[in-house]
Amino acid sequence: MNTAFPAPTEPKISVKNLNFFYGKFHALKDINLEIPEHKVTAFIGPSGCGKSTLLRVFNRMFELYPEQRAEGEILLDGENLLTSKKDVALLRAKVGMVFQKPTPFPMSIFDNIAFGVKLFESLNTSAMEERVEWALRKAALWTEVKDKLSQSGSSLSGGQQQRLCIARGIAIKPEVLLLDEPCSALDPISTAKIEELITELKSDYTVVIVTHNMQQAARCSDYTAYMYLGDLMEFGATEQIFFKPTRKETEDYITGRFG
Amino acid sequence: MSSAELLLKAAALEQARLARYAQRKLVNRVALTLSLLAMAFGLFWLFWILIETVILGLSGLNLATLSQMTPPPNDVGGLANAIYGSFLMVLLATLVGTPIGIMAGIYLAEFNTTGWLANTTRFVNDILLSAPSIVIGLFVYAVVVTRFKSFSGYAGIMALALIVIPVVIRTTENMLQLVPAGLREAAYALGAPKWKVIISITLRASSAGVLTGILLAVARIAGETAPLLFTALSNQFWTSSLSEPMASLPVTIFKFAMSPYENWQKLAWAGVFIITMAVLGLNILARVLTRSKS
Repeated sequence: MNTAFPAPTEPKISVKNLNFFYGKFHALKDINLEIPEHKVTAFIGPSGCGKSTLLRVFNRMFELYPEQRAEGEILLDGENLLTSKKDVALLRAKVGMVFQKPTPFPMSIFDNIAFGVKLFESLNTSAMEERVEWALRKAALWTEVKDKLSQSGSSLSGGQQQRLCIARGIAIKPEVLLLDEPCSALDPISTAKIEELITELKSDYTVVIVTHNMQQAARCSDYTAYMYLGDLMEFGATEQIFFKPTRKETEDYITGRFG
Repeated sequence: MSSAELLLKAAALEQARLARYAQRKLVNRVALTLSLLAMAFGLFWLFWILIETVILGLSGLNLATLSQMTPPPNDVGGLANAIYGSFLMVLLATLVGTPIGIMAGIYLAEFNTTGWLANTTRFVNDILLSAPSIVIGLFVYAVVVTRFKSFSGYAGIMALALIVIPVVIRTTENMLQLVPAGLREAAYALGAPKWKVIISITLRASSAGVLTGILLAVARIAGETAPLLFTALSNQFWTSSLSEPMASLPVTIFKFAMSPYENWQKLAWAGVFIITMAVLGLNILARVLTRSKS
């Protein structure tokens, strides 16, 4: 059942025989999948199925916790990022991440975005201002905050904070953007804004989104992977997964007959 | 079940709920009364102490208190040398103790949370935190004063710094632990190196709490007598040299308050007033800082 699913366009990320462990718990079982470039790929599945875990392997976030480990290969542009000798910071500059809960840093809106940029580039003041505006415009937040850039990031509403986090992520110009349930803490209007944003972002980035919301996956993704208990059950074009799933389990989950 | 039976059942349930509610209200009232009594008991003594300090302290306070040196018995004078000595030693002890405390706190919260070195450090720190300050005074006496054969401001600073360090370690560690893991992860996800995450994100997010810890440590050492008795001792004269014995407010108060001379007793009260107000001011400042943050 764990055959590699072919992706029609050039894969940005290829996952090969990936196994993941939390201590002794086997959380991801022999995952094989290819994430196409400049597309939106959604991971769906019930809680605890490993979709967030898989996402957190792509930027080696799991390495913060010594009891977690990954085995296998993840090729980013052909290079295995799990064994790469390159600094993990360079990987994370290429593979950005936005989390479930908005996490504005304890600093101004401007500095929230400049923080990441300063880590990798030394821009002069005007270039930095330009970059901050560019990122905020991309995240559809500019008009709402352009007059209060020096205010604290936590003074924004939840939806604005989440777009600030997306702006912060794209300000360092990554190639891949990982979104871990980015809308689960947001109201429908903010959610709609972010979904619109995701669709716009894919022309420049490869987007991978984890979501609990199947309509969301159906609305804004090109490819969908259904996961269950650490296994990748089915992966394919979103339309095919939602309208003609090949597996009974996928169909049950999509139609709500699960469990 | 017939409708009459259902009605009966609902009535019985209502009855049980009312009885339970009455009981809950009674327990609530008893607990509230006990809490209020405990608060009143504590506040009563606190206000008594404060009022006594203000009345007696203000009567002994005048310009000479701030400008003249500690006098011989039955002579006019002030507390200038003791105020200066206290200020200098508290300031320097804080400057020495705070960076050590913050860095050790960072180590415990960010680098080694469960290792044997961290657990040992935490254990030793807890002991140091609750150690009677006279023990610290005697330790510095044995290690520094007897070796250099002189009481000195340096020894006093060392003793006070040893009291500052555990307080700052504890608060720094606790405050850093309160920073949500998501905030750290978000910074790491941007590719920030660990030192940058700690300085720019976690320490910044907990700065109000850490600062409060420092201020509380300052408030604590400002009133410490025992660690200075065996280290800085005291000095009747003004001195800026830290290698000489140095006067301080707590030791001067201790000496003057126990004396039979009336002018010394008055100055002791003035000193108590000054320390109390300084500590009160610091505590209020700490409050304001934490509040403005949240």
